[in-house]
Amino acid sequence: MLKYILPLILFIVLAVFLALGLNLRPGDIPSPLLNKAAPAFLAPKLQSPDEKLTPADLKGKVWLFNVWASWCVSCRAEHPILNQMAKTKAAIIVGLNYKDEPEAAKGWLAQLGNPYDVSIMDQDGRIGIDYGVYGVPETFVIDKQGLIRYKHTGPVTAEDVQQIFLPLIARLKAEN
Amino acid sequence: MKHLAIIFLLLFTGLAFAIGEYRTFDNPEQQKVYENLTSELRCLVCQNQTIGDSNAELAADLRRQVYEMLEQGKSKQEIIQFMTDRYGDFVLYNPQFKAKTGLLWLGPVAFLLIGLVTVFLLARIKKSAAPGSLDADKAEKLAKIRNLLEKGDPS
Repeated sequence: MLKYILPLILFIVLAVFLALGLNLRPGDIPSPLLNKAAPAFLAPKLQSPDEKLTPADLKGKVWLFNVWASWCVSCRAEHPILNQMAKTKAAIIVGLNYKDEPEAAKGWLAQLGNPYDVSIMDQDGRIGIDYGVYGVPETFVIDKQGLIRYKHTGPVTAEDVQQIFLPLIARLKAEN
Repeated sequence: MKHLAIIFLLLFTGLAFAIGEYRTFDNPEQQKVYENLTSELRCLVCQNQTIGDSNAELAADLRRQVYEMLEQGKSKQEIIQFMTDRYGDFVLYNPQFKAKTGLLWLGPVAFLLIGLVTVFLLARIKKSAAPGSLDADKAEKLAKIRNLLEKGDPS
């Protein structure tokens, strides 16, 4: 009897592991920054480079930090979703214009609409390194204390907004 | 023969193009640490390449970061810490041994042990089952075969 049951059990174990493996997303690397303070920066604003922004300016507010670039194809796909989200005014959206030409970036916003309350420039990618950015677009949700509470890799979809972002933002806004 | 050799050598010219930038170092140890680190850190864009191997922009940025930190006199350990703080253990091709990476390091050893124990147990079962346990029918056949071998076929 064991002769038949043992291979069956082995097969089931193997099948379960393979099935789990199929649903893994190796592109999603868990961020070690979760629940840690958003790394500090002092970066010039895209639209007015003389002014600078630092995360401390946003203390007490829930904000999204969206990494984008005019050369990034998936950012283009994500852009209408961000525009819609900006209309709901659920949270402040800060853009990190990552390794981009300011002129190209401004043209992009003029053409496709600007969902960002403010965008800052990271031309040499140093802020990106501090935030562990490895693929654009990426979106961080930062709470009132300035802690990173969620990181989304890849383009945000309409479902993500409804199922993840809006509920999370509502929850974080209710916190002190 | 000479032509063949030239063709053969030409095939390898592609390999001679090094990826990366021209860097100068204060001392050979620093260069060694740099080469060491760039071959140990994973490029997160093209996940199966090191930052030393990859042409991706992020890899170039991370090489620059490593170089600058070395110039500032940071140790290898400090640079590895800097990278893991931002990108997690995944950035290391050679992750440190700790609770989170335990399965990664011990998994293969565990599977080897399971395999060895299985082989050992199977061998023992076979051994104990070998003689004596033949049923009467088989024993009779075996005797018949031995008989045939020794005396030859009488027919």
